[in-house]
Amino acid sequence: MSNDKAKLSRAQKWSSNSLVESLKENSGVLIGFLIICVILSVSSEVFLTQRNVFNVLRQLANNLFLSCGMFMVILLGGIDLSVGSNMAVSGVLCAGFISYNLLPAPVAIVLALLCGLIIGLINATIISFTNIPPFIVTLATMNIGRGFARLYTSSKTIPVNNDLFGGIGTGNIFGVVPMQAIYIIIILIMTGLILGSSKLGRHIYATGDNRTAAMFSGINTTKVTFFVFMYSALMSSFAGIVLASRMFAGTATAGEGAEMDAIAAVVLGGTSMSGGVGKLSGVVIGVFLIAVLNNGMNLLNIDSSWQFIVKGIVILIAVYIDYLKKTRDK
Amino acid sequence: MGDVILKMEGITKSFHTVKALVDGRIELRGGEVHALLGENGAGKSTLIKVLGGIYQADGGTITINNEPAHIHDVSSARQHGVSVIHQELLMMPHMTIAENIFAGREIESVRGFVSKSKMVRQAQEMLDNFELPLYAGGRLGKLTIANQQMVEIIKAISFGARIIVMDEPTSSLSDKEVNALFDSIRKLKAQGIGIIYISHRLSELDEISDRITIMRDGSYIDTVVTKDTKREELISKMVGRSLESYYTREQSATDEIVLKVEGISDGNLVKDVSFDLKKGEILGFSGLVGSGRSEAMKCIFGLSKLRSGKISVGGKEVNLKCPTDSMKMGIGLVAENRKEEGLYLKRNVRYNISIGVLEKFIKGIVVKKSNEDQIASEYVDKMSIKISSLNQKISNLSGGNQQKAIIGRWLAANPKILILDEPTRGVDVGAKAEIYKIMNALAKDGMAIIMVSSEMPEILNMSDRVVVMSHGHVSGIVSGDDMNQETIMTMATKEF
Repeated sequence: MSNDKAKLSRAQKWSSNSLVESLKENSGVLIGFLIICVILSVSSEVFLTQRNVFNVLRQLANNLFLSCGMFMVILLGGIDLSVGSNMAVSGVLCAGFISYNLLPAPVAIVLALLCGLIIGLINATIISFTNIPPFIVTLATMNIGRGFARLYTSSKTIPVNNDLFGGIGTGNIFGVVPMQAIYIIIILIMTGLILGSSKLGRHIYATGDNRTAAMFSGINTTKVTFFVFMYSALMSSFAGIVLASRMFAGTATAGEGAEMDAIAAVVLGGTSMSGGVGKLSGVVIGVFLIAVLNNGMNLLNIDSSWQFIVKGIVILIAVYIDYLKKTRDK
Repeated sequence: MGDVILKMEGITKSFHTVKALVDGRIELRGGEVHALLGENGAGKSTLIKVLGGIYQADGGTITINNEPAHIHDVSSARQHGVSVIHQELLMMPHMTIAENIFAGREIESVRGFVSKSKMVRQAQEMLDNFELPLYAGGRLGKLTIANQQMVEIIKAISFGARIIVMDEPTSSLSDKEVNALFDSIRKLKAQGIGIIYISHRLSELDEISDRITIMRDGSYIDTVVTKDTKREELISKMVGRSLESYYTREQSATDEIVLKVEGISDGNLVKDVSFDLKKGEILGFSGLVGSGRSEAMKCIFGLSKLRSGKISVGGKEVNLKCPTDSMKMGIGLVAENRKEEGLYLKRNVRYNISIGVLEKFIKGIVVKKSNEDQIASEYVDKMSIKISSLNQKISNLSGGNQQKAIIGRWLAANPKILILDEPTRGVDVGAKAEIYKIMNALAKDGMAIIMVSSEMPEILNMSDRVVVMSHGHVSGIVSGDDMNQETIMTMATKEF
């Protein structure tokens, strides 16, 4: 018995250091990330400059927002393909509210976020009450959203000439640090608290792990589904607004393929596509890996066609290393 | 035994036009283990699901502690002190023990936020009270099935359950684990908790239950006191007729060796396993769960690579790299978990039977539907599978009929050697007897059969010889008078 007790206290000590544990879990991707950083800082003079670092931060912010939402959806065992076109919808609406309807920027932003949330609401409602798989439902809303954005803009760019709005995506704090850094911190803390410490977070993990068991434990899985899909929609809507602000315009093509980068980041972070397993820290590493990879290949002037191929191969290798590790642990 | 704490009377329940429950009744006392016995489809599960709030009864009354109880969902069942431990454990394998115990009613520090440390501490206390040497912050999925079950029982008690329903709790436990489970059931009894216990294993009921309620065709048949009732009486009440010969076995083993296995190892769970199998023989494989029986079968069926050793079929050494190789050599395997490893659950009976012999009715791009029908109906008849039509979905059949369909699939391929891994698991008594009869007939026709089983009576009554495995090794091969429970159990627990 005393032996067991010793084993228990060891186990306790182990699990208390969860940051080390999760870094260990994602070591494959983390090592990949570090290798790329080392290669780039040697081969490119620009890579480690303050300007480039902040530039990367600005570029990865959008994918990070999407990935936070996508992470929850995948934890739940679902998928959200509509995030990219949701970016476009929210972006063009926000631009339209300001440029066509002459609304003040804060009002326009809130309205655009609400419209984005509606897409999440539609996704969640259909998924909860028809049992159509999330893949199909969000594939449909993805197309509908993209079509709507084109109709609204008549496939033209809606320019925005508003300093307040422009500041959202291009502004700096202390003159140098991009606003995106603030958003990243806020959204990571928020998502981390929800998933790590809140009841709702437990319910998300539980529902993704075993929906029936969760239901039988008295967890309202419908409520959880609604929250998760609306959170994902809110994240993508916000990403769309920040992107529109950076471009000083709303366009219907914004965020095309963004859902794939988000899914890639989540998967690189070691999240199980069948739900219930994954850590936010892993997803963050995934987002950084993709961003540095993109940035590095641009700096090295690698042809964009090759960039796709390299990205694909990196995803395969990283996920395979993860897979090997997991099967070995068993 | 204490006072009556639960009374269910005249419970009815229909699904569309099918009457699942015509007259469900049970009376449970505090501190009693009350077994619910019946064949598959007798209405046990429906009755339990009504009690657990998963189904709504169409009629009848439930009385708990002498007051009428209205149970309309899982949480209202829980409020009445009812907890159901389902056969397929309903837990979250990737979450911790504590998170599982407190799922849906997490302990909060601030409103909306969970206190992980408090949950782990309280869960740890519960585990300690049950003398389970587990860490409450550890992942549930890493535990054995038996320990997961214990956690689910602890979870039920933590809800203040006074009535605990266990649906086939021992179906995937080893004997040792069953004993541990029975110990905790006795602890629950001592606390005055009433337990409704569903099991197909009659031998267990003698050991653990106080009274037995028998159901058949959705109706209550009788309630008897366990120690005053003979097993034959139970069986005849359960099936509605007496089964004179439950086990059918006539000697048919010959001296002709069809399969010779010499010192095979898979580098993992199978270590230096040797035995031979004769034409017309039923060779039992006994051992505790995890002793490597199923894994050895997987080697023979080409599902695992051999690290060493050799396998000869019909006197010739063979190299079995994949199941196709094994099937060409006339070997068939009815796997242990029929739902995961055997059935195409979304397809119909015809598909499930004919899938193994596609070449008999598909030539190139021509599919001869009539041939397929002919093959399927032939084996439906041979195995006396009860179906409404070949188009019936396999998932709608009872466990026994599903099992017969899989055996039928293999027979269609005309194997010389048939490996049956737990052929009667989750199968009711009537269907069991039929499966035994079929096995006997096959052996008489000259087929060599390997039967892996955890059920001792089945091993003792059906096998000509028994190979006993322990820790991946063959710890003994017994036949004749040595084939008794004591000898086999001694061998099964031998250390290597």
